[in-house]
Amino acid sequence: MRREIPLIITGIVGIVFVVQYFIPHWPFNRMNAWFSDWFSIVQACAIWLGALNLLKISLEKIARRKSDWGYAVVIIVSFLLIAIIGFLEGEAFRDPGTKFTWLYDFVYTPLSSTMFAILAFFVASASYRAFRARNFEATLLLLAAFFVMLGRVPVGDALTAFMPEGWRLTDLATWIMNFPQTAGQRAIMIGIALGIVSTSLRIILGIERSHLGGD
Amino acid sequence: MFWEHFALWVAAFLTLGIYSFLYKDNPWYKLCESIFVGISAGYWFVTLFWDNIYGKFWVGVFPTGDAQPDYWLLVGAALGLLMLLRLIPKIGWVSRWSLAFIVGATAGFYLINYFSSNVMRQVQDTVMPLFGPGFNASAYVIIGNIVVAVGTFTGLVYFFFSKEHKGAFGASAKIGIFFLMVTFGASFGYTVMSRMSLLIGRIDFLLSDWLGLIR
Amino acid sequence: MSTRVKEILVVVLVLLFSAVIYAGKVSGWMTGVSFSPAVSVLVIVALAASLIVILVMTIKGRLVGRRTVFLYVGFAVALPLFMSISQYIPTSPEVRSLYEGLESLPDGSKVLVSFDYDPPSAPELQPMAESFFRYAFDRKFKVIIMGLWPQGPLQANQAIERVMQDEKYASLGLQYGVDYCNLGFQTGNEFVIQRMGSDFRSMFPTDYSGTHYEDLPIVRNVKNFSNVDYVFNLSAGYPGTIEWVQVAVDRYGVKLGAGNTAVQAPQCYPYLRSGQLIGILGGMNGAAEFEKMTGHEAKGTKFMLSQSFSHMIVIAFIIIGNVAFFMGGRKSNLSA
Repeated sequence: MRREIPLIITGIVGIVFVVQYFIPHWPFNRMNAWFSDWFSIVQACAIWLGALNLLKISLEKIARRKSDWGYAVVIIVSFLLIAIIGFLEGEAFRDPGTKFTWLYDFVYTPLSSTMFAILAFFVASASYRAFRARNFEATLLLLAAFFVMLGRVPVGDALTAFMPEGWRLTDLATWIMNFPQTAGQRAIMIGIALGIVSTSLRIILGIERSHLGGD
Repeated sequence: MFWEHFALWVAAFLTLGIYSFLYKDNPWYKLCESIFVGISAGYWFVTLFWDNIYGKFWVGVFPTGDAQPDYWLLVGAALGLLMLLRLIPKIGWVSRWSLAFIVGATAGFYLINYFSSNVMRQVQDTVMPLFGPGFNASAYVIIGNIVVAVGTFTGLVYFFFSKEHKGAFGASAKIGIFFLMVTFGASFGYTVMSRMSLLIGRIDFLLSDWLGLIR
Repeated sequence: MSTRVKEILVVVLVLLFSAVIYAGKVSGWMTGVSFSPAVSVLVIVALAASLIVILVMTIKGRLVGRRTVFLYVGFAVALPLFMSISQYIPTSPEVRSLYEGLESLPDGSKVLVSFDYDPPSAPELQPMAESFFRYAFDRKFKVIIMGLWPQGPLQANQAIERVMQDEKYASLGLQYGVDYCNLGFQTGNEFVIQRMGSDFRSMFPTDYSGTHYEDLPIVRNVKNFSNVDYVFNLSAGYPGTIEWVQVAVDRYGVKLGAGNTAVQAPQCYPYLRSGQLIGILGGMNGAAEFEKMTGHEAKGTKFMLSQSFSHMIVIAFIIIGNVAFFMGGRKSNLSA
């Protein structure tokens, strides 16, 4: 029963979503609406599960005095701080001027933004140390990157300002993006889509069961 | 007034803390990282509560005014609760029902969407007319159409691994690799663009908003 | 003195130095720095000369350390912010087609804007959002805001606040709930879009601050996508433009324009070619082009010089690495 019921649920829900595309009328439109609503709620709970799990792991780390357990305390305090403030401020917790918005603007925003912005340094460093035209394929990759990087910023246009319009670096970058790049991207897109279609079919038919885990 | 200055200093302190990682991993960075993890999880937790658990589920089941209650949402809430039971190891297996629902819905939805939007529509647009009555396109467009058709087809040939890449098949797979390399190169160029933009945003914050150095 | 103490001292010194500059800003004796074109050229020449030194060193087989590369990236981004050099920003066909798509809408159209990004992508997408709002308010569009990312509605609020700092828009007397509204965030990714295809209200029974859907005049006659004229999606990944194309465009036939982070933009080009997307604004460059087209030059345009410089630095380092790779006889230590 631990495996059969989930398999039946997966099959029924999957089939309903396929059928409603072709028959968007009662009862499938109604089932589509129910399932979409439920999906939204279940997904919210799944993310809650993730957050609660983070708390659980952090508490365990503190209880067992594992290395760097002090940082686990910081995680819990930060979590509780924003959570309590968010709950206390009620439905309008995101209105301008609330404490929640303050935390968003001056704590969450700088931290998350800088965390991603730091990657710029590593991209440049990797380009210097590892981006080599070793063979024809790598040269193509490098040239495409070169022309796109130059052609997508105003300096590319300035460097080739002596050329007639339509033949400048900007135009070359536009051509690369709209034709060969689109072709390659489309091949990848179709390949991935066919993979998703076949995997989805296997899941709906119950052939693929790895998501259910062991017993 | 004090809070405005304090807010800027907090944001700057956290920004610099993350950047300190460029020197090496250190306690300042770890502190900022832990605050980020906690605040981030707390942010999701609160937002999901107000927008989904309360805003969608509670308001849906217990509406105010003339709206009709939607008791079907209770099924979604029940599935959500089952998901949360994963936190209790003894009965954690029941969360598979919710997981099965999510997987089934996603599989059914993706099967159709990906096939329709990412396969059918893309194939339709790949094979374009080059000449014929009533067809009047510039050489730029015609060459572009040929490039897209050849690039997409050969790119797909490259992804076909059930047949050995030899002879004419191998040659077209080779051409496919060239297109893919251009695609990856262009993507790399755009990635650099993106990473640099994020860095510009943070540096602008430090030099302009915080220190007021930029006029 | 131990290394740790030295490190702490450096941090304290940096913070103290910053405090002095900050005090200057607050008291008014520090009014900001700006390089004249001549100084700007000197700075560029100095940077280029130092890069030649690095090239020579690399050819000799001595790779510069990663922290040196980091320093150059920092210079390339920071120094142009002080420079007063103007650049011509050419517009690409994909930005032009997005703009023309908007231009074809009658004044007062209903536009849905989905904010599907978080603060890390704000430098690229926030300028797009701000110029879009300026353009929309100029055209008297009725703007309905939503988000498939939980941070989206707050980013939207920030953009609106910024636009309203401009006296021109503050004086328009735009009313929340009548001229624009923020429906907030809903979880469920593409299922949210799917459900909105039949009923917006089911996914957004209240707006972001708890006002009931039926109490917002702007959406009183909005049941589903057939009641909005255009959808503009600002996206940094999943869920985002791809999902909007798959569901809103291909199932419900909406007109969709997208502003993407540069990382995501290349993936959306096939949709542009097939007509599933009206146009794309790709990264900060797309934002600058859109600002130019709409006549509201702001942060996107301002940052383009830094963007150009940073690209040049990365290209310079790639060239240095490759020149050294070939001239140095493809030594193994250069490929590390």
